[in-house]
Amino acid sequence: MTTLPRDTFRDALSVALTVGAYGVAFGAAGIAAGFSVLQTCLFSLLTFTGASQFAAVGVMAAGGGAVSAVAAATMLGTRNALYGLQMAPLVRVKGFRRVAAAHLTIDESTGVALAQTPRGTRAMRYGFWITGSGVFLFWNIFTLLGALGAKALGNPASWGLDAAVPAAFLGLLWPRLTTTYLRIVAATSMAFAMLVTPWLPAGVPIIASVLVAVIFGWRER
Amino acid sequence: MSTTTSWVVLGSTSVFCFSIKLLGYYIPEGWLAHPRLQRVNALVPISLLSALVVAEGLVLKTRIVIDHRLAGLAVALALLFAKAPFPVVVVSAAVTSALVYHLH
Repeated sequence: MTTLPRDTFRDALSVALTVGAYGVAFGAAGIAAGFSVLQTCLFSLLTFTGASQFAAVGVMAAGGGAVSAVAAATMLGTRNALYGLQMAPLVRVKGFRRVAAAHLTIDESTGVALAQTPRGTRAMRYGFWITGSGVFLFWNIFTLLGALGAKALGNPASWGLDAAVPAAFLGLLWPRLTTTYLRIVAATSMAFAMLVTPWLPAGVPIIASVLVAVIFGWRER
Repeated sequence: MSTTTSWVVLGSTSVFCFSIKLLGYYIPEGWLAHPRLQRVNALVPISLLSALVVAEGLVLKTRIVIDHRLAGLAVALALLFAKAPFPVVVVSAAVTSALVYHLH
């Protein structure tokens, strides 16, 4: 048996720990939006895809309706299907293990797996499983800590939690803005959201911003 | 938000998000291969996250408002430009916003 490449293990664990720590921000956001500690923790266990979780509680915190919250979260989750498509031939599992693989299919597990490409299929497969389960473990632990912490603190505005949530969104957005074109898409989406805010029910401008993505992505550049 | 609403949001979000993940393992590769779908899908997170920054940082119900949150957001932006790590960005935004909230 060949040993697991040490570099793969290191990559996977460092990503899992760093990303998992963001769970504190989600835990706090869930409480600030009015979810209970149990519900906030269930989000991390059952939804387990950060941006969608933030979107669901974010829309509710913004005074939006349940439909807007679920729609925004679901649309943010569609990229996981594309990841699954790439990971399926790699992990090649059936039954319960396929369900587990699907649940662990997120930005980070896919990212680390693809980054192992030069080290071969085995390293990619390990990268996927270790990163996925590592993020799952730490994300859930830190969500609980964040939720309990926010619960103990009380009034969200008094501790700046109401600004921590948009800052977290900005932090999630930032690394994706790798080209000028993508920065233009982001700026246009922000301007569009501001423009339609007075005319639409709370929370709806968030989903409506998908129009900007459709318009920009419609034609090949 | 009522207790029922919060459970409905939690339940539906979890079911939909998991179904999407599972879908990726079952559908034939060709189905999502359409270039237009891929282009739009790549931009969706950017549009949604951008709108969420606005909705959470600049909006109260259906009005644009400038308050303590914007101070926090400005600090977050400056720190992201300075390549600060995510936890530093979030905590600094919170501290700034809380300070402005109490001083105001």
